[in-house]
Amino acid sequence: MKKVFVLEDLCCANCGAKIEEAVGKLEGVSECSVTFLTQKMTLEMEEDKLDSIREQVKKIVKKIEPDVEVIEK
Amino acid sequence: MKLTKKLKKDLIRICVGMVVFAIALVVEEHVWFPVSLACFIAAYLVTGIDVVTRAGKNLVSGHMLDENFLMTIATIGAFAVGEYPEAVAVMIFYQVGEFFQKYAVSKARKSIKDLMEICPEMARVIREEEEAEVAPEEVRVGERLRIYPGEKIPLDGVILSGASSIDTKALTGESALRDVGCGDEVISGCINMTGVLEVEVKKEFGESTVSKILELVENAGSKKAETERFITRFARWYTPLVVIMAVLLFVLPVVWQAWIVKTAVFEWALVKVYLYRAMTFLVISCPCALVISVPMSFFGGIGAASKNGILIKGSNYLENLVKVKTAVFDKTGTLTQGSFQVSKLHRLDTQYSEEQMLGVMAALENCSNHPIADAVCLAAKKRDCVERKASDIKELAGFGVGGEVEGQTYYVGNAALLKEKNIDAPETEKYGTVVYLATKEKCIGYCLLEDEPKAEAKDALESLKKAGIRELVMLTGDRRETAEKAAKTLGITSYHAGLLPGDKVEKTEEILQKKSGDEMVLFVGDGINDAPVLARADIGVAMGGLGSDAAIEAADIVIMDDSLLKLSLAIKIAKKTVAIVKQNIVMALGIKFLVLLFAAIGMAGMWLAIFADVGVAVLAILNALRALNAR
Repeated sequence: MKKVFVLEDLCCANCGAKIEEAVGKLEGVSECSVTFLTQKMTLEMEEDKLDSIREQVKKIVKKIEPDVEVIEK
Repeated sequence: MKLTKKLKKDLIRICVGMVVFAIALVVEEHVWFPVSLACFIAAYLVTGIDVVTRAGKNLVSGHMLDENFLMTIATIGAFAVGEYPEAVAVMIFYQVGEFFQKYAVSKARKSIKDLMEICPEMARVIREEEEAEVAPEEVRVGERLRIYPGEKIPLDGVILSGASSIDTKALTGESALRDVGCGDEVISGCINMTGVLEVEVKKEFGESTVSKILELVENAGSKKAETERFITRFARWYTPLVVIMAVLLFVLPVVWQAWIVKTAVFEWALVKVYLYRAMTFLVISCPCALVISVPMSFFGGIGAASKNGILIKGSNYLENLVKVKTAVFDKTGTLTQGSFQVSKLHRLDTQYSEEQMLGVMAALENCSNHPIADAVCLAAKKRDCVERKASDIKELAGFGVGGEVEGQTYYVGNAALLKEKNIDAPETEKYGTVVYLATKEKCIGYCLLEDEPKAEAKDALESLKKAGIRELVMLTGDRRETAEKAAKTLGITSYHAGLLPGDKVEKTEEILQKKSGDEMVLFVGDGINDAPVLARADIGVAMGGLGSDAAIEAADIVIMDDSLLKLSLAIKIAKKTVAIVKQNIVMALGIKFLVLLFAAIGMAGMWLAIFADVGVAVLAILNALRALNAR
């Protein structure tokens, strides 16, 4: 399924790229794309792993860019 | 533009830091050393405390190659070698640069939002006979909207009452007024110009044209161009590489001095020099300028295109547009108007005037709603000869019609009909569609129907050739002669006629196999019955997307109105965008490598390094913003 997260206050493009790389490697995520300008992260992922993926996404983002807030859409 | 709260706070911190820094510089010579050092440290912390704390956090979590961390190391290193003013100045410049960078990014974000001004803010719904202003999201299908002149149409619907003209500029990029009245469909995002309209909502806001377009443009960034991927990959290697070089730049000379040359007196001054050079390297280690400016340029290009009524579904398509060498067109409805028109009347029996002939044909065809019958009736209406009435009309399926007009029996139809009735068919043109008029005994004449090319088609194809497209191929189900004539008038380089719908995919496959290297094949169709071909081509372009969900769904690029001229405009925008991307890559890498080189041999200080880092980023962003105005 397709899932969009908003990465609010993402202000460093390279961090966006790092988040994209890290989240793309998560189990159950087949594709991850962070668009820096719209502050959106689009995931192609397995539906039944949503809960664990959501948690891990938040963890990864916190680690790379502590100021960014992850909002589910 | 107003600054956001966060940016304002940053600005105040930078200013305070600068004042403290100025004081430190003034008192440096006159006070006891620890006091002036304290002043520098205070200035440093005021401006850079957020960088330092983030660096600390990243150190804990193991992200050593983060730019905050590297900046902190570099400036602390500068402190360590006694370059206090420089350490503080670098931090201040870094923050000023970051500030401009954030400002430019928020400006870019805002211009993207402005593009989205087609988005309606409110809908005026009629509930229990009273008007209520609500958010468009709250309106349900089947509710009634009232739209006053000058207002945006908030949701897709059908007019219940009222008549007006609507402006589609926000969607198509062309200021074209369309007259609408009762029963007509209206599309969200258009502006109601003259009369009050009452509209029944047919689609929820999320499904309305406006939302679809907004979503499409916003998501375009997630389909990344090859250059973007390259830059991200490059960034992954760049930082570690520069950091390793920085370490080597410091370690190697020191080792050389201590063990190999074995200087009698170990020279601390030299160690300081090498440490300073290494720190300078760290300052240039962030690849941000590239990582920001490349996607930003593509986004600008996509924005510029959508302003002109061209929706591009991803940066990759914009990038590939530049490489198109072959354009394949569906003929009917794309190159031509998609409807028949009587182009010629030919009389065999001169007793009949042209008007008489056309009038009889129209009288018989009046009840049929075949496109050919429509064209004949329309031509008769134009010549003002529709007063005749037919009786005893018989449909002759597959042939045409027969009936009585003014006491005489006539037949109208194709060549097979004449054969069936044993009437000699005259010689006719080899192209187009022929409709004969005959009495029981003989053929009176025929009219030639053609699907005329769009008015702008020839110019549009000409400008595509100028834009570097070598092959213009036309696919059609029409006869060879018809195709040949159209190809000749339009300047098409090759055509395939007599194709069944399935054949079009095959032909496109053939063309795709013949292309060489990274050349791209573009297919242009109406998006309604050529979805498989649109999907198969490297880039599928659908024309006339306005009001057609199928077209918007199927294509990679959607041209909202019917104008073929938009194709070359799209290529022009793509070329400009790709040029800007290239400029940015060359500029950012060029300056960085030059400064790295000079820093390595001790000819560039931290000042220049900080320019190579944030200064270049700001320049690249400003350049990227130009893509937004490409036309």
